[in-house]
Amino acid sequence: MREIEFDVVVKAVKDMIMHCGTDLPQDTYDALEKAMEEEKSPVSKEVIRQLLENANIAKDEKRPLCQDTGLAVFFVYVGEEVRINGGLLRDAINQGTEQGYTEGYLRASTCEPFSRLNLKDTVGYNLPAIIHFDIVKGDKIDIEYAAKGGGSENVSRAKVFPPAAGKDGIVAYVKEVISDAGGNPCPPITVGVGIGGTFEKAVISSKHALFRDLETENEDPEMAELEARMLIEINNLGIGAMGMGGTKTALAVHIEANPCHIASLPVSVNVQCHSSRHTHITI
Amino acid sequence: MATYSLTTPLTSEDTKKLVAGDTVLLNGTIFTARDAAHSRLVALIEKGEELPFDLEGSIIYFVGPTPPKPGDPIGSAGPTTSYRMDSFSPTMLKNGSKGMIGKGNRNQEVKDACVKYDGIYFGATGGAGALLGKQIISAEVIAYPELGPEAVRKITVKDFPVTVVNDTQGNDLYQVGREQYEVKG
Ligand code: SF4
Repeated sequence: MREIEFDVVVKAVKDMIMHCGTDLPQDTYDALEKAMEEEKSPVSKEVIRQLLENANIAKDEKRPLCQDTGLAVFFVYVGEEVRINGGLLRDAINQGTEQGYTEGYLRASTCEPFSRLNLKDTVGYNLPAIIHFDIVKGDKIDIEYAAKGGGSENVSRAKVFPPAAGKDGIVAYVKEVISDAGGNPCPPITVGVGIGGTFEKAVISSKHALFRDLETENEDPEMAELEARMLIEINNLGIGAMGMGGTKTALAVHIEANPCHIASLPVSVNVQCHSSRHTHITI
Repeated sequence: MATYSLTTPLTSEDTKKLVAGDTVLLNGTIFTARDAAHSRLVALIEKGEELPFDLEGSIIYFVGPTPPKPGDPIGSAGPTTSYRMDSFSPTMLKNGSKGMIGKGNRNQEVKDACVKYDGIYFGATGGAGALLGKQIISAEVIAYPELGPEAVRKITVKDFPVTVVNDTQGNDLYQVGREQYEVKG
């Protein structure tokens, strides 16, 4: 059984958060550059130019890319042959989150649901993190992290369709969600679509789909084709960068599909903004 | 589409010449307020009590900045989504405020209030927090420090870039821009 020190995990999580807060991932930067070239609206082109300039300033001067530095969302894959020495893995991730957000001058955005009181002085700075665990083979721990802002999360939706809805029903639904969202989720967006499973499985899959690199193709050709179809439909909406009107509303659509119950077809749409701060590490 | 440079406080003369799609570089004092601060400010107005700042000609920026790094006046400071302020903005405009900065659609009541009270809804580039934060040269919390990022701040801006989304004639850039690029069928 391999042992990993508690503090090693804390430090790894802290470092990835601080890096992500100021350095836009390369896949997103490249996709925005391409979108700027292809965008037909001069107003939207200018918005994307500002986003790239913003990314350069943030990286060079170590300033947060966006003031909404999100809730900290993690997908954690724990090898069966590894254990943490000196504490719980969940606590290590939370501690790393608190340290990363504090030392990186990132924003504390967690609050109580009704009083709206910020939790920074009670529960912890930007705590609790949202953590999804899974057990896998091996003796390593894989940690995927994304900063999930409120603007894009607020427009996300899920619905359980009857099986007869099929692909056409899903495409129409995704289009409706993005159309209603307009400029609110800070387009150009990435759209995560979770299909199948149970209600919550679809939702979690739609979130996880956003962690996939923008350069990668869906391994399932049928889903890759569906992604391409959805992307065209979304870009036909004309929303454009920041909703100013344009041809590049989305950078990509990512689908994660799962087997589901014979009676149902759950679908979830989770949106990520252009400030798609995501990364992963293996310990 | 014209480009203007304007200094706060704004007058009706300033706002009436602006048309949806125009670019404006803002200078001078601006006040920040988000959800929680708006509900407190509007409650004060309704009770006829004094506000922490003068609304006349003011611009309200919907923002909750990151904490400043040592030596900086403010951290990253891009706009938050505006529709959450829709129920408060008409009251602010009615009482003298002349503009708002945010991102995303406003409802019909806000658009109508812009027409009625010569107000402007400006859009700033969401997510360009580092770039926009650099155009803020001073910042001071003047009310509700307990709200943390949501406290009311008095900020001074220099050439702060915004786009006119809703003007005093009822035009809406989001609607017009989208119709222009929508592919139907
Ligand atoms: S949606 Fe994204 S880019 Fe826009 S304000 Fe929120 S976190 Fe920032």
